[in-house]
Amino acid sequence: MGTHGLSQFEIFFTWQNALLWLRATGITLSMAALGCGLGFILASLLVYLRTWPSLLLLPVRLLVVAYVEIFRRIPFLVLIFLVLFGTRAMGLRMELFWVACISVTVMATAFIAEIVRAGYESVHRTQWESAAVMNFGRLRTVLLVVLPQAWTVIVPPAFSYFVMFIKETSLASQVGVYELMQTGKYFNNIGVSPALSFGTTLAIYFALSYPLTRLGWRIERRLKHRFRRPGGDDGLPTTRVLAGV
Amino acid sequence: MSKEGGLVAETQLELRGITASYEHGGLVLNDVSLTVGKGEIISIIGPSGSGKSTLLRVLVGLLKPSQGTVLLDGDTIDYDRRSHLKRVRDRLAIVFQQFNLFQNMTALANVTVTPTKIRGEAKAAVRERAIALLRRVGLGDKLNAYPDELSGGQQQRVALARALALQPEILLLDEVTSALDPEMVNEVLDAIRGLAHEGITLIIVSHEMAFVREVSDRVVMMADGAVVEIGPPAQIFDAPQTQRCRDFVGKILKH
Repeated sequence: MGTHGLSQFEIFFTWQNALLWLRATGITLSMAALGCGLGFILASLLVYLRTWPSLLLLPVRLLVVAYVEIFRRIPFLVLIFLVLFGTRAMGLRMELFWVACISVTVMATAFIAEIVRAGYESVHRTQWESAAVMNFGRLRTVLLVVLPQAWTVIVPPAFSYFVMFIKETSLASQVGVYELMQTGKYFNNIGVSPALSFGTTLAIYFALSYPLTRLGWRIERRLKHRFRRPGGDDGLPTTRVLAGV
Repeated sequence: MSKEGGLVAETQLELRGITASYEHGGLVLNDVSLTVGKGEIISIIGPSGSGKSTLLRVLVGLLKPSQGTVLLDGDTIDYDRRSHLKRVRDRLAIVFQQFNLFQNMTALANVTVTPTKIRGEAKAAVRERAIALLRRVGLGDKLNAYPDELSGGQQQRVALARALALQPEILLLDEVTSALDPEMVNEVLDAIRGLAHEGITLIIVSHEMAFVREVSDRVVMMADGAVVEIGPPAQIFDAPQTQRCRDFVGKILKH
C-alpha cells in the first residue's frame, strides 16, 4: 500500500534512512548514558545523605529509602507516563527526549543507589576511622578513601544496569521519542516489512548491547585483578569523575 | 595518684575518671585517671581485653566516654563538638594495631594525603618530608607499593611514617609490634626510640616488656578496664605494689 510501485528494499536502503537509524541509535544511547551518568551522581548523593550519621537527617534518610524502594519497583513505562503527564501538569512542555531522559534518570538513580550503598558497605569500618582521626570530613573520606575502594563493587553491576537501560529505553517509543524502536515502527508504517523494520531494530540493539556486555566482563575481571591502579603524580587516586558529587 | 613517676614536667594530657562502654554493652573502661606530661613516654601494659586499646580510642575521639573528662593542655575535650575533636586530632596521631592504611593509595600517598589534602600544606615539601620518613623506617624502595603488596611489618612502618608526617605533639602507638616479623620488631622499636629523643609525647600500648622497661618514663598497668598501678618501670617490673601487677609481670617476665 502506498509504495508507488517501489519495492520495500528500494524504500529502505537509502543513505537518508541510514542516517535516520544512526540518529535513532544516538538517541537511544544518549538516553541510557545520560540517565545512567546523572543517575550515578544523584545516587551517590542519596547514599551520602542516607548514611549521614546525624539524627536530624532521619526524615531525609526515610525519604531516600522510600524513593529507592518505590522507583525500583514500578514499570518503566508507567514511570515515563508519570514524568510526561507530571511535567505537563506543571506546565512544562519539554521535548519528549528530555521526558525520557528524566525517566531513565529517576529509575537509574534508584537502582544505582542500591549498588553504591553496597559499595560503601564493602569498605571496612577501620578505613573510615583512620580517616576520621586524621580529620577527614565526611565528603573527603568518601571521595578520597571510600569510593575508590568501593569502585570494584559498584562498577560491574552498574555496567549491567547500563546495558539494561539501553533496552528499557525502547519503551520511550510509547510516548513518541524517535529512538530505535520508534524508528522501526515508522518504517513498518510506511510499508517496509516488519521483518526488515524490526529486524534492523533488533540487530542494532544487539550490536550495542553485546559489545558493552563483553566490555563489562573485561572491566570486572580487570577490577578483580587490581582495582587500585591510580592516576596522579603522587599515587593519589583519580576521583575526577566524582568531583561534582 | 598519677604523679609517682616524679618526672612530669608540664601536664599535657589529663584523664579524670574516664568510664566508657561500647554500644553493644560491656563496660570497657572503668574510672580511669591518668596524667601525662609534655614529652613524657607512658607505656600501658596489661592482659588482652583490659581496655588499653580502648583508652587510646577515647583519646582520639573514636569513642566517647560516658563519664569523666579528658583535658588537653587544661582544656576539656567536648566530644560532641566536631570543632573540638578536630583541634585535638590536629595534635594527636595514632598508629593502629592493624595499621589501617588506605588500601587505595600507595605508601607515599598514604603518608602525604592528610598533610596535603586535609591540611593544605605545600605538596612538594610534604612529599620530601614523606620520602624522608619512609626512608627512615627503611621503606625508601617501597614508595609506590600498595598496602596489599607490603608485608605486615612494612605496612606498620608506613603507618608509623604516616603518623609522624602529621608532626603530632602526642603519638599513640597501639601494639605496633604485635603483627610484625621478629626481625622487624627492632627496626620499628629503633624508630620509636629515636622519637623518644625528639621530645614528642608517646603513649605506647605494648607487650614488648623489655622495650617498655627501657624507654618508658612511667608504666601504667591496666586490668579489666581499670588502672591497677602506675609507676616508673623499676617499680612496676621489680617491685610492683599490687598483687594483680605482681601476678601479671611475674607471668610475662617468665617468657
